[in-house]
Amino acid sequence: MNDNSLRLVWVYPDLLSTYGDQGNALVVERRAQQRGIAVERVDVRSDQPVPAGADIYLIGGGEDRPQRLAAERLRRDGGLNRAAANGAIIFSVCAGYQILGHEFINDLNEREAGLGLLDVISTRGEKERCVGDVLGDIDERLGLPPLTGFENHQGITHLGPGARPFARTRFGNGNGTGDGTEGAWNDTVFGTYMHGPVLARNPQIADLLIRLAMDAPSLPALDDRWYEALREERIAAATQPA
Amino acid sequence: MAGNTDPLSARAKLAVTAGKAAAAVSRAAGRGSGSVIGGKVALRLEPDLLARLSTHLDVVLVSATNGKTTTTRLIAEALRASGPVVSNALGANMPAGITSALAGGSDAKYGVIEVDEKYLAGVARDVDPKAIALLNLSRDQLDRAAETRMLAERWREGLAGTKAVVIANADDPLVAWAASSCPNVIWVAAGQQWKEDSWSCPSCGGVLQWSGDDWGCGECGFRRPTPSWALSGDHVLDPHGAAWPIKLQLPGRANKANATTSAAVAAAFGVHPQTALERMYDVAAVAGRYDVVSFSGRELRLLLAKNPAGWLETFSLIDAPPAPVVLSVNARSADGTDTSWLWDVAYGRLAGHPIFVIGDRKLDLAVRLEVAGVDFRVCRDLDEAVAAAPPGRIEVIANYTAFQDLRRRVGN
Ligand SMILES: [Zn+2]
Repeated sequence: MNDNSLRLVWVYPDLLSTYGDQGNALVVERRAQQRGIAVERVDVRSDQPVPAGADIYLIGGGEDRPQRLAAERLRRDGGLNRAAANGAIIFSVCAGYQILGHEFINDLNEREAGLGLLDVISTRGEKERCVGDVLGDIDERLGLPPLTGFENHQGITHLGPGARPFARTRFGNGNGTGDGTEGAWNDTVFGTYMHGPVLARNPQIADLLIRLAMDAPSLPALDDRWYEALREERIAAATQPA
Repeated sequence: MAGNTDPLSARAKLAVTAGKAAAAVSRAAGRGSGSVIGGKVALRLEPDLLARLSTHLDVVLVSATNGKTTTTRLIAEALRASGPVVSNALGANMPAGITSALAGGSDAKYGVIEVDEKYLAGVARDVDPKAIALLNLSRDQLDRAAETRMLAERWREGLAGTKAVVIANADDPLVAWAASSCPNVIWVAAGQQWKEDSWSCPSCGGVLQWSGDDWGCGECGFRRPTPSWALSGDHVLDPHGAAWPIKLQLPGRANKANATTSAAVAAAFGVHPQTALERMYDVAAVAGRYDVVSFSGRELRLLLAKNPAGWLETFSLIDAPPAPVVLSVNARSADGTDTSWLWDVAYGRLAGHPIFVIGDRKLDLAVRLEVAGVDFRVCRDLDEAVAAAPPGRIEVIANYTAFQDLRRRVGN
């Protein structure tokens, strides 16, 4: 790995970028570049192989059918699993989060196998969709400020013993299991239901991914006043739901 | 075709009258034009009123994610060459609003009706249209989970076997797929700049291959239909290969596309393209959109952009830098409460413009612009933004409720 460069892969924007998920790639790219890190970003379409040698992989949200197609193609391709085995950092949102688990319910109402990179299983809720601003506390081992995001999903994700909750919600649903958990992570693989996009709402998570990928204990501070102003506003909004 | 006998039953007449009364009450109470509430009352009294009201009309339905209000207006202008038109010109495009609009047009020959995408199939079943214009489909209002492909599927199922002539955009794969179940389609090469909802084959889910404007699926063979009408620069090409100049007051490529589709619709009713296009020139603004107004001694052009595809078309029509640009975004329920879509808009294209940011969600926009690497200034409101803007006509781009706020502020 080159000392001061970052290889960033955005997985399947043709299928999984319905909810502004490109924003997560843009934020990581921008914040790395602002630290003088050269970023090589590759957007991999679902008819292309996923390269196994990059540092960070981002996978976004999507509609039910594209989610099934993405899972089929990722299983067949194997590149993302190889990347995970190489120790790459993988960050996933919503439909992408479900795909990283063992299985989820697809658009045909059948159980669809995921990639097994996170010890989670997703089902579909019977109640109305979870929609709205969310506020939570991120797993303290990660040392990050509160999580803010926007959720919009019907999925329910159950964590197995090999996955830790990414956050505990103060407001909002998160995993939808009713136990206040939101998202999941192990050492290198992360999943969340948060849109927003989540890295624009939580630039410290973007920095965490960069630090883990670069094996850097810290990164130079940036002028984050607009991010901070947005966070303050959205955290207040989450605590006063309409 | 238009019949002369009164098609309304006594019950239907009562429903129209009750609806008008409710509308009058609503207006008197200061709740806007009252057309929606009037329509709701009338529909409750007579559920098949929509069908009754349209039996004496040649109806054209217009649906799309973007451009349906403008296209409805352009088609209405074109068809007035051939007879009186009734239309829901103010964009009340769900069944109640449509009912109310049709109730006001007893001596019309044509009904030119904008229909919300989600209601198209149902309205088409009720009013037995002669023509249906389908312009484009793209992501919009994410929090409603109105999945774009699902909408295309609803169109496809709802319109299969329709007797109407369907005038559809061959350049939008979702529209092409939706319309290809119809027996009688006139394909228009109207273009679609936005491609982010056109990577997957709507039919089989394969990856669509694009080469210039042409597209096709390598897996199932579904491909772009051959258009008989086309937008070509500033001209409409008709099926005979004749080119007719487009002279619109409305700006932008998207409106030329709307004019092209409108000319094809008008031709289906025997209105010559030249006549149709000349009449469209009279449209200067549509429900406040594209209006140039003065405010605080400055000239402002008001532009509506509700979703990523709309913003993309809007960026291509604004004055070149250093024209100042004001951006306003809200996320109230009519806008969709999820602002994630801002990240699908290529705000980097505004580089070089002095940018002023207002609206309920100005901070979301500020972060978006910061990451796009363009300079901007966040302002409290329109007044502050206009006062801060350097000389020149100010382009003001806003999403739905932000646009309504703007119109109120400038008294438009
Ligand atoms: Zn196909």
